Amino acid sequence: MQTIKVDARRLLCPMPVIRLQDAMEPLPVGSQVIITCTDPGVKNDIPAWSRINGQSVLNIQEQDHEIIITVQKDSNE
Amino acid sequence: MTRKAAALISGGLDSLLAAKAIQQQGIHVEGINFFTGFCVEGHTHAIRKQDKDKPKRNNALWVAEQLGIKLHIIDIVDEYKDVVINPKHGYGANLNPCLDCKIFMVQKAHEWIQKKGFDFLITGEVIGQRPMSQRKQTMPIVAQESGAEDLLLRPLCAKNLPPTRPELEGWVDRELLHDFSGRSRKPQMALARHFGFEDYAQPAGGCCFLTDENYSVKLQDLWTNRGHKKYDLDDIMLLKVGRHIRPHKSYKLIISREEGETRFLSGYKKQFQSIKTISHAGPLALIEGATLNAEQIRLACAIVARFSKGKSSEQVELTYSAAGGEPETIHVSPLPAHEIPQHWYLL
Repeated sequence: MQTIKVDARRLLCPMPVIRLQDAMEPLPVGSQVIITCTDPGVKNDIPAWSRINGQSVLNIQEQDHEIIITVQKDSNE
Repeated sequence: MTRKAAALISGGLDSLLAAKAIQQQGIHVEGINFFTGFCVEGHTHAIRKQDKDKPKRNNALWVAEQLGIKLHIIDIVDEYKDVVINPKHGYGANLNPCLDCKIFMVQKAHEWIQKKGFDFLITGEVIGQRPMSQRKQTMPIVAQESGAEDLLLRPLCAKNLPPTRPELEGWVDRELLHDFSGRSRKPQMALARHFGFEDYAQPAGGCCFLTDENYSVKLQDLWTNRGHKKYDLDDIMLLKVGRHIRPHKSYKLIISREEGETRFLSGYKKQFQSIKTISHAGPLALIEGATLNAEQIRLACAIVARFSKGKSSEQVELTYSAAGGEPETIHVSPLPAHEIPQHWYLL
């Protein structure tokens, strides 16, 4: 299991989702990705992407116009 | 054996219905959504206050969730440049290479299904719906030039087209497919009701900035003044933001119109020269192009001051910063509106 950080600041949706998707792909189940974003659209898009792809959003935190989301890989499919 | 189809999902009603029609025939469907950099989806309402009331959802993800399917979002920004720069079939009313775009996306999706072991492809195309890419004459061109050939099924208008392999092999029942044609949306709305979809993205004249006249003017200006058609993602993102004013062929100003744009543009201050009003509330401007000389800095500051709360003041204090550099204080009189020639504005 690994935890990796992804910087998606300044990127507009769907780029943060693509960065998350690409970061998740090689990771083993149980790993976590912590992604930092500035586009408020990620508060909807990353949970939606996680739901349809069988992954879990563990935490969404906002500070100083930054949104930090922790996603756990629950599925390899 | 359950057959598998990949559906091109734009986030609009047609791709939703096409995917649902095939799902209903017992086919396993997964979605593919391509990100070209020119997608309207999300971008402006992520930045501008005027769109704050719109839901900040990505419609392709939302459609996938309604269908209960996976969605693979694929970044094709780099590969897509050749489509925009050299469209074999030409541009539409603006810089929209719709037919080449459709061929390219179907080609990429065809490569994807081969790699992933899927059986065929589906799109939400309807004959006669779009003047460039969705005509009876262009439908076979898309299938042929993409390489997808008879693995490309258009469920919403399949009965108006020759049978494809999924139909001939009996993977899907042609009788259960549709014969939609033309620009009317009524058949789609009726089918949406039949499937129980009440909420879906309203057709809004395209999902791509390249179909937008204002955007195309700015892109053409960028190409003309650089002397070539190369671009990167930041270039095309910045064309979506702010007021663009070109006082000289060597540089232009990108001036924020509201707080969200100011915040967005401030992320580029390390890459671009910038100007910010200090004595009065006002915009942030990025300077795209050559390093300005002292005279050009004063003119640029006077233009930016014109769009600040100090536009009627005798003098406005601003800062000019080189890319990633320290701010230098400048005092100027705001340029009166009539001294900014109309042709400087890139609308």
